[in-house]
Amino acid sequence: MMLLANIIVTVFTVYFFLKVLRTPTKDAGDFPPGP
Amino acid sequence: MVLAMAGNAVGLGNFLRFPVQAIQNGGGSFIIPYLVCFLLMGIPLLFVEWSMGRFGGKHGHHSTPFILDSMDKRSFWKYLGVFGIFTNIAVAAYYCYLESWTLSYAYHSVAGTFAGMTQEGVNEFFTNYVSLGTNQPIVFWLLCLVLNTWILSRGLSGGVEIVAKIGMPLLILFGVFLAIKGVTLTAGEQGAINDGTVGLNFLWTPDFTTIWEPKVWLAAAGQIFFTLSVGMGSIHCYASYLKSKDDVALNAMSAGWMNEFVEVVLGAAIVIPISVGYLGIEKVVELTQTGGLGLGFRSLPFLFQNWGPTLAAVSGFMWFGLLFFAGITSSLAMGTPVMGFLQDEFHWKREKAAWTFGLIILILGAPCVFFFNEGVFDEYDYWAGTVSLVVFAVAEIILFAWVFGMGKGWDEITRGADIKVPTFFKFIIKYVTPLFLLAVFAGSLPDIINKIANPGNSYVSIARIGLLGLYAGICYVVYLAYKKRVREGRFH
Repeated sequence: MMLLANIIVTVFTVYFFLKVLRTPTKDAGDFPPGP
Repeated sequence: MVLAMAGNAVGLGNFLRFPVQAIQNGGGSFIIPYLVCFLLMGIPLLFVEWSMGRFGGKHGHHSTPFILDSMDKRSFWKYLGVFGIFTNIAVAAYYCYLESWTLSYAYHSVAGTFAGMTQEGVNEFFTNYVSLGTNQPIVFWLLCLVLNTWILSRGLSGGVEIVAKIGMPLLILFGVFLAIKGVTLTAGEQGAINDGTVGLNFLWTPDFTTIWEPKVWLAAAGQIFFTLSVGMGSIHCYASYLKSKDDVALNAMSAGWMNEFVEVVLGAAIVIPISVGYLGIEKVVELTQTGGLGLGFRSLPFLFQNWGPTLAAVSGFMWFGLLFFAGITSSLAMGTPVMGFLQDEFHWKREKAAWTFGLIILILGAPCVFFFNEGVFDEYDYWAGTVSLVVFAVAEIILFAWVFGMGKGWDEITRGADIKVPTFFKFIIKYVTPLFLLAVFAGSLPDIINKIANPGNSYVSIARIGLLGLYAGICYVVYLAYKKRVREGRFH
């Protein structure tokens, strides 16, 4: 159970993190200036 | 952006609250209701809050009273939206004090204060600390307040983003180091009586007899709220500064899953394995009765001493340092909706808005500091950090899915999305999440009624009246802002 939960969470985290890294519009300058 | 949002979500609860909740609610089987709640309540609320924030931002609104107002013109929505300011102020008031403990303990770890102390000595240090036996807690609290306010006064990109960029990687680095140290503990070495894996097995061994108990599901739902910072209004605020075609779906998913990684993988692998390794299961169960603070502050500084003076100092600094980074990235997020409101509605400069927020937190936080042992801190936490989140989440999901309309809502979620959002979330957001939230609220009602009927001491009663006064006061300020907007013809 523990192992499965850890694997599921890690796989999804890595997947979405890589997806963010590969998305050209998401870079260091994507943070808005305000408030 | 994703790091800042993950920083908003990752907080002290990931490391101190989650493992204790898991132990108290069936160990390994807790993860089933927990992940179900994440899927049916957490992810949908993240989608909804990101979309609502971006939608409000398109109309020039950066705080929930007028974000909700932009979605439906009936006036009560903006007063329900007050929760998105109230919660942030009230939670920040006690959270900054908790955050200051971590800063203070990081300092004491490096200074060697805990060196040679017995378990009772470390325990007594904590009791003396929160009882204000010295003026140090006040000094560190004020330092923390000034630091938060100063960072907020530098803006999102100039302050909050920099803290997230530095703090989040350090937090994960410190967490990974301590998790490896925790799970690789060997019985008989460095004073350990159990292997680190004994603690992990204890935490994750499922007790399926408890899985259908309502209290377990309520605890899982509560933990999801607490950990994702949903129902607070801070996600709306960050998202309101996005452009109208910027992605919200991938941002929401990546920030949400990153928080889950820190909580489930790292959060579970530090406190419990190390504590069980040195204290044994029975003692750890006893300590979890007082919540995560019992283990995190009363035990770990003593247990680190087993690793030798240098490693004890380093580990103590890393443990309280990671808690501090987890705390400050969250408390900064609590300041932004308040600042956004003051800037939008009253055209205040950023610095003025930030220092006003700091002053409000100073005034509201003082009772938590000076009357901690009288229960004021816990009272703030219960009403602002627990009940308000659920009430606001119920309101916003009904507004989004049923009043604004799921058709328009789905367009908002998917517009500019960098991932394909599974269409079953349309059904979940419209039917499952509202029912789930209503069930959570209904399940919490007996406890809420019991709390109202039994306020405890007069300090708690006064704190309660103060919180009600705060809500009423913000409603009045929102009313003034609304009148001002009408006068100036600033509605879209």
